Amino acid sequence: MEGIAIRLQGLRKSFGETAAVAGVDLEIRDGEFFSLLGPSGSGKTTLLRLIAGFETPDQGRIELAGQEVTDLAPYERDVHTVFQDYALFPHMTVEQNVAYGLRVRKVPKAERLARAREALAEVRLEGYGRRRPDRLSGGQRQRVALARALVGRPRVLLLDEPLGALDLRLRQQMQVELKALQREVGITFVLVTHDQQEALTMSDRIAVVDRGRIAQTGTPAEIYERPATAFVASFVGVSNLLDGETAHRIAGSPGTYSIRPEKIRVLRESAGPDEPEHATATGTVAEVVYLGDATRFVVDLDGGGRLTALQQNLETSSADVAAYRGSRVRLRWHRRHAVRLPS
Amino acid sequence: MRTEAGRYPGRRLAAILRRRPRLRLTLLLTAPLLWLTVLYLGSLTVLFVSAFWTTDSFTSQVVKVWSTDNFHALLTTPVHRQVVLRSVVVALAVTVLCAVLAFPVAFYTARVAPPRRRPLLVAAILTPLWASYLVKVYAWRLILSEGGLADWMLAPFGLRGPGYGLPATVLTLTYLWLPYMILPLHTALEQVPDGLLDASADLGARPGRTFRSVVLPLVLPSAAAGSVFTFSLSLGDYITVQIVGGKTQLIGNLVYSHIDLDLPMAAALGTVPVAVIVLYLLAIRRTGALDNL
Repeated sequence: MEGIAIRLQGLRKSFGETAAVAGVDLEIRDGEFFSLLGPSGSGKTTLLRLIAGFETPDQGRIELAGQEVTDLAPYERDVHTVFQDYALFPHMTVEQNVAYGLRVRKVPKAERLARAREALAEVRLEGYGRRRPDRLSGGQRQRVALARALVGRPRVLLLDEPLGALDLRLRQQMQVELKALQREVGITFVLVTHDQQEALTMSDRIAVVDRGRIAQTGTPAEIYERPATAFVASFVGVSNLLDGETAHRIAGSPGTYSIRPEKIRVLRESAGPDEPEHATATGTVAEVVYLGDATRFVVDLDGGGRLTALQQNLETSSADVAAYRGSRVRLRWHRRHAVRLPS
Repeated sequence: MRTEAGRYPGRRLAAILRRRPRLRLTLLLTAPLLWLTVLYLGSLTVLFVSAFWTTDSFTSQVVKVWSTDNFHALLTTPVHRQVVLRSVVVALAVTVLCAVLAFPVAFYTARVAPPRRRPLLVAAILTPLWASYLVKVYAWRLILSEGGLADWMLAPFGLRGPGYGLPATVLTLTYLWLPYMILPLHTALEQVPDGLLDASADLGARPGRTFRSVVLPLVLPSAAAGSVFTFSLSLGDYITVQIVGGKTQLIGNLVYSHIDLDLPMAAALGTVPVAVIVLYLLAIRRTGALDNL
């Protein structure tokens, strides 16, 4: 039986005229890797700061493990944060940084040093304890921040764009490590990110945040395959949005539809009979972009509208795909992949 | 047709300077280097050398013969030792008072006051530095005079002002040098990132704990930097003590009183604050304060 780690009810927070959080209800389960995904300015960081206690909500209620904490100070909440800029104490060694939370809680010195070393080992930083934070690389600082937040074994760990400052390769490596670490310690992780790839890779569940509200909550697959709004469809991955007359013509009924480019197959115009569950459209290739592992086709449909399709380069090479420009093609996709969005 | 160089007379010079970095450096540094070596180090050297001369007690002429008599006298005369000790204690007392008074002020101007009002507050802290030193000291003389403002304000509590003397000197010097302590503290407090305070609270520290374990260690080097000013300015002062110090004597007064009669002795006395300040700087260096100056 899984408990609820965090429950947010009717949460609102404004800064001056702008509503950063405009009515959020959310439940995050115990032991879950949960991501708040949204563009900058969507209010996801404010949401995190409300949970941590750095901001107090104008309205609404925050519960941690069934206890109301809405008006509690950060130091009264069993929640630790990994900050975007790491916020390591520059006047302390790595070990002292990690042990700080324990020192504040009056854990005896020998025990807190032992636990700090253990936490540093967890993030693979053994032997760095005596260094100052300014003697570390970005990735190492990130690990120290992680160790510092984890050593006290909080109920919930909040991560504010923790990988944002790292280069791509390191970021991908840390994504894997972070996920493994979360499984190992079993603590609820709440990650704030604007990187949809990051959210999809690491999360058990994702909440997509749009202008201070939750646009959709679900597993990565649900979010990706069944976007609930046009915003989710376009923000998470790339999507073709069809509406109006084009949608009516292609999908058979009016409405707004989202189709992922990789679900669309590019065939010769004369391609054989379609299965009943398939939808097709013909058109002219307007643009071909060779991406190495795949090729992106932009096709102007007969009768108006435009679709982007993505094809794995299984047998084709860059010279082959270039020849497609201007040629007539038939696009085919499974009907269930054209997701109808609420208008 | 006019050339490019003709249109901008400075351009040729600029081109020459760009190609010759050494010439550039020479032009840039000659004046300050001359100032440093001739005026500053030169006069210091003269001071040190003349401290080892003596004065003929009959003719009052300076005898340019190497001797350590002056330093011997300085170390063995009880009055001199007492004055040196008193000067150091005064300088330390002024420094401690400045730090204690400056911290809340700087904390307010750097972290509590609305950001838009902060530059104004800093300017307000600096305004006393625009007034003449003598005017300010005489103002304190009036405040501390018998029946003056200090007496009048303390009367309801059955107390009297400190009058002229050592406490008055410490008080006046504290007032004079306070801005030199507030400014570095203000800058340091302003630069403490909010994120560190959040992080400390996040890890379970109450505000008092955060203050002791995060804020204070981060601004301590700046307090030490400020103390270099308050300490050395106080140690060298001899005017304030003449105006509000009653009969109190500090090193500066000793130097002053020896200048006409026994110049080498005055020079020997003058090396004392230099030595004390060098020792103070060496002690301060260990806090890392000098990296921030």
